[in-house]
Amino acid sequence: MMKYAVRAEGLSVRRGRRQVLRDVHLAVPVGQVVGLLGPSGGGKSTLMRSVVGVQAQVSGTVEVLGEPAGSPGLRHRVGYVTQSPSVYRDLTVGQNLRYFATLVGAAGGRVDQVLEQVDLRGQVDQRVADLSGGQASRVSLAAALVGRPDLLVLDEPTVGLDPVLRRSLWRLFAELAASGTTVLVSSHVMDEAARCDRLVLLREGRVLADDTLPALLARTGAEDAEGAFLHLVDEADADGPVAPDPAYHRRRR
Amino acid sequence: MNPTLTTATAARVLAQLRADRRTLALMLVVPCVLLGLLAWMSRDTPLFDRTGAQLLGLFPLVVMFVVTSVTTLGERTSGTLERLLSTPLRRTDFLGGYALAFGAMAVLQALVATGFAVWVCGLEVRGPLGWLVVVAVASGLLGTALGLLASAFARTEFQAVQFMPALVLPQLLLCGLFVPREEMPRALELVSAVLPLSYAVDALGSVATTVEPAGELGADLAVLAVFVTGSLGLASLTLRRRTP
Repeated sequence: MMKYAVRAEGLSVRRGRRQVLRDVHLAVPVGQVVGLLGPSGGGKSTLMRSVVGVQAQVSGTVEVLGEPAGSPGLRHRVGYVTQSPSVYRDLTVGQNLRYFATLVGAAGGRVDQVLEQVDLRGQVDQRVADLSGGQASRVSLAAALVGRPDLLVLDEPTVGLDPVLRRSLWRLFAELAASGTTVLVSSHVMDEAARCDRLVLLREGRVLADDTLPALLARTGAEDAEGAFLHLVDEADADGPVAPDPAYHRRRR
Repeated sequence: MNPTLTTATAARVLAQLRADRRTLALMLVVPCVLLGLLAWMSRDTPLFDRTGAQLLGLFPLVVMFVVTSVTTLGERTSGTLERLLSTPLRRTDFLGGYALAFGAMAVLQALVATGFAVWVCGLEVRGPLGWLVVVAVASGLLGTALGLLASAFARTEFQAVQFMPALVLPQLLLCGLFVPREEMPRALELVSAVLPLSYAVDALGSVATTVEPAGELGADLAVLAVFVTGSLGLASLTLRRRTP
């Protein structure tokens, strides 16, 4: 039985002249919800893209479900949801999901199931362009769920959602994990940390911590994830600042 | 190439087109309006019989080029292409799906435009009408293939649309519609020989003037097929799974 869904060792990524990830080590256990937290611009999206295997200029190793990231064998086992909804705005919810279901070889009834999971049953015949931002991002999530992936990589899936929807999505992630799916989910909202089995704190391309929330709190003496993060930032800075990269603070993408 | 994934992609592209009624109407009506204008302004002269058939090859090239390049650019910028390439869909399925969908649109457009030219405007061609449709479809496929390729070099829709005059208008000037190719300065004649539209126009000219054009058409259609597969091959190189 495989223990880790994702293992990264010495992962570094350059984008143009900028070093976005520096020597990242990471282990994501199977069947857990692992939160990737940290300020925007810290490399969360790039790390997720490296795991999915769509990032160029990657050095080091990234192993996903026992195979190198991006291997053809992984393409129906990894579901990836980008930050902005990547579905066809001019098609209806149903047309989008039926197309993505065909691509991953899912049965027809699967579309209804995922619509239920993301609470969009009533919108099946509406065009994505006519939906709210939160609904559109759930269509994008549904398109990834339709193939029953073993690993789900979600880039900021709860941004812009109201508290009730956020809670129901986090419950869904927990259910998926309980049924054996590994969920790697990023957020820049620290209060979502309590929903995750494990946390990876990422800042300026480096992993500050990779642990459970209780262990992090015990180690730093902080009261919440935000406090723990700030403590770790101060600790890292006290250890000697990273040689400043002049291009580093430029807004990415 | 996986037939299920290719046809699913073609069906999806056609569903997107169907959802955009205005584009669909423009694709079918504009060629007819232009053919009607040409027939009207050239009445009592042989101009329409000579150039009407040749214009049938121009519309699918222009229209399919613009529609394909803008649609594919949308796939690149909205992130759907990245998502598609992270699924079992292969690049050949993606390109094949587009070629199939816009090939079908080219058939529809060619049938409507040819029917309008012949039965409404009174275009007279010596060869079989079916060949007009075949060449028009080949020209539509060429537009799609060039559009798929051009979308890789455009960052915005404005740029994608500007590629149309940049890539298509020189071909229009040099294809022999205005000045017969063999009467051009030698250098331009040589340039026109490496531009695909010249072969589509040449083929349509053969259908217009020859009763049994099949022999002359074969070479032109073969050249068009080479251009289509060449552009699709280059376009597939621009569909990268891993991007910076």
